[in-house]
Amino acid sequence: MTAPLLRVDRLRVEAARSGAVIVDDVSFAVERGEFVAVVGESGSGKTAAARAVLGLLPPGLQKAGGQILLDDVDLATLSPRRMRALRGPVVGMVFQEPMVSLNPAMSVGAQMAEGLALHERIDRREIRRRCLDMLARVQIRDPEHTFNAYPHEFSGGMRQRIMLASVMLLKPKLLIADEPTTALDTLTQREVLDLMVGLARDHGTSVMLITHNLGLVSRYAQRALVLRQGKVIESGDTRQILSAPREAYTRQLVEALPRRGTAAVRRQGGEPLVSVRGLRVAFAGRQRLFRRDAGVSAVNGVDLDIGVGETVAVVGGSGSGKTTLGRAMLRLMPTAGGEIRFRGKDVTATANRDFRLSSQLVFQDPYSSLDPRMRVGEIVAEPLRHVPELTTGERDKRVAAMLEEVGLAGLGRRWPHELSGGQRQRIAIARAIVRQPAFVVADEPVSALDMTIQAQVLKLFERLQAQYGFACLFISHDLAAVEQVADRVVVMQGGRIVEQGSRDDIFDRPQHDYTKALLAAAPVLDFAGPATAHALG
Amino acid sequence: MRMRANTAIGGALMALLLGTAAAAVFWTPFDPLRINLRARLQPPSSLYWLGTDEFGRDVLSRVMVGAGTSVVIALLTVLLAVAAGTVIGCTAGYVRGWTDRIIMAVNDALLAFPGILLALAVMIVVGANKFGLILALGLAYTPSVVRVVRGTVLSIREKEYIEASRVIGNSEIYSMIRHVLPNAMAPVAVLATSMFGWVLLAESALSFLGLGVPPPAPTWGNMLAASRPFMETATWLSIAPGLCIALTLLGVNLLGDSLRDRLDPRMAHG
Repeated sequence: MTAPLLRVDRLRVEAARSGAVIVDDVSFAVERGEFVAVVGESGSGKTAAARAVLGLLPPGLQKAGGQILLDDVDLATLSPRRMRALRGPVVGMVFQEPMVSLNPAMSVGAQMAEGLALHERIDRREIRRRCLDMLARVQIRDPEHTFNAYPHEFSGGMRQRIMLASVMLLKPKLLIADEPTTALDTLTQREVLDLMVGLARDHGTSVMLITHNLGLVSRYAQRALVLRQGKVIESGDTRQILSAPREAYTRQLVEALPRRGTAAVRRQGGEPLVSVRGLRVAFAGRQRLFRRDAGVSAVNGVDLDIGVGETVAVVGGSGSGKTTLGRAMLRLMPTAGGEIRFRGKDVTATANRDFRLSSQLVFQDPYSSLDPRMRVGEIVAEPLRHVPELTTGERDKRVAAMLEEVGLAGLGRRWPHELSGGQRQRIAIARAIVRQPAFVVADEPVSALDMTIQAQVLKLFERLQAQYGFACLFISHDLAAVEQVADRVVVMQGGRIVEQGSRDDIFDRPQHDYTKALLAAAPVLDFAGPATAHALG
Repeated sequence: MRMRANTAIGGALMALLLGTAAAAVFWTPFDPLRINLRARLQPPSSLYWLGTDEFGRDVLSRVMVGAGTSVVIALLTVLLAVAAGTVIGCTAGYVRGWTDRIIMAVNDALLAFPGILLALAVMIVVGANKFGLILALGLAYTPSVVRVVRGTVLSIREKEYIEASRVIGNSEIYSMIRHVLPNAMAPVAVLATSMFGWVLLAESALSFLGLGVPPPAPTWGNMLAASRPFMETATWLSIAPGLCIALTLLGVNLLGDSLRDRLDPRMAHG
């Protein structure tokens, strides 16, 4: 057996200033042509470990020990110049954020050509030909046009394909993909990863996939490495790790995956709490000098009823109009047609105080949804401004009780920036339900959080809902979370509802093709390990 | 700890300035206005610590009295510009639409016009006195505050916590005052401190043109202006007020930086 392509031995990375250990004695190997997943939550050191391989640690972090052998060459012995020569043709990297990893001021072609021109002696026509071939290979519709276009003209999924194409153009021996699809919706994620696997197999490239998504690990990786707080917790065959984890932490990760709860049949029938008929929302086009460009209609004739205390999940890819629907139902956006009824009253056009005060929104991003200049207690207390009959003492008591309810007792004097993402999302939830609303729209409430935190927040959300009995519109592209919390599921595509039904019906007996595609693309734990079609030579 | 040093030095300079200005109200070594032609253009000595000017007036006394005048003018001007600029900029940025377009068109026209000329024109209308000066300079510096505030408000009003405030049921005006404004003040604090310096300099420029606080009342600006013919023969005449302006600027800027850090809860532990 030949030596592995990459061998990392007792790698240690420290923060230069505080001396905190980010990566602690991590050893692993990547064989030629192998697909290895590095799994861990934020702060586990998975990205730092990968970046150390490239010699591209962010400022403030430094390698403090250990050895990295790439193709039997010790990277520590290489001059910066030879290290640069390695990046590209030997090790390539795909980043998480396709929106910012392409230079907006350079055409796609120029960016792709950059690497080729740097590392290979070929003329411009040859470069162009290879770029076009590669763009076609990643299934970009019009390679010629793409070559001359600029990054802003493409969606996230398209940009990630372009990124992948430009990295694979140099046929690296090792591809490091750092959460390459986390910012993409389920369907796009599947397409991009399938392309990545195909390309890697064509070129015999080894892949190091950094992810927090166990579903992806089980689908694509042969071996996995579980990191926590800089240490390797467990490593080995994917199937074994996921089906029979040895370590408690790994088991916790696997168990944190949302599972279908018992089908809670809630009060059926009766008058719906919120009822939407023929709702349309349009975004106005750009105002030109004398005319207005044609607008885009984001929601196009949606009918939806939500009963008292019911959880209705809205699923769909990005651009399906699910977020717009949620905002429009809360009247945060002007509607172009249709009507919204709340407790039987039309609230579409007239401002309805009752509706405003009994409906709430939980945002996706817990970092931007809290005012950085207000203390946690003030944030949670703010909705109670509009409950005039409360005295200051009662209000403080209610805030304290609410904070305790969401597991943040005694943190009322803290600032939001002092808390973690999960804690911040708990604040946002506390703020949403402190006034005991009847209707809550939750827009991707857990998708910005780590797996184990997601599980905790989902559980908290379910418990609070059982306790306070609010109805919920749960917007998500994460089908696993939907499966756990939803009573009914609505599938949206292109601004329309293509299918709706009870949770079990949608998940077990999908009718519409789009629903089937979504379900097929959802990364679920598959204990059969990577399908043979993906297995690499 | 670096922040502490900023605060200490800035604070010491400002304390010295305010102390001097306050002391000058009650006592100065000599009467700053008394002309003594026998002691013209005396270099610094044990009697006249900072020398005397072309009319034999004591420079130290004049600098002390000038401190009060200059600082009050600069402070009030900055306050006026920040207050007016914040209100106008916030309105433009938050309301947007036609209100924004009209406000910004006028604002950009004012910005394109040299500030000192604008101040000159106002001074000619309202007259050359302390309040005319404050009004003129305040008006001249408002447009840059409007620009900064509007830009910041535009970016903050799109933040999710503003939408969250709306969902809670807060009115637009409440959201603006409670959530947008506090988060938009950091760049304004920085702008205000550098503006303090510009105003001190602008005041001296206007004085130089004979439109500042009229002589014989001393300000650092008109002292500097009056020292010009003697720049080569009596250097102390320009050095004294010049150094005062420079040290004040340093103090204000240091204090401004630490103030901004202190105001931002995210930086408070830095």
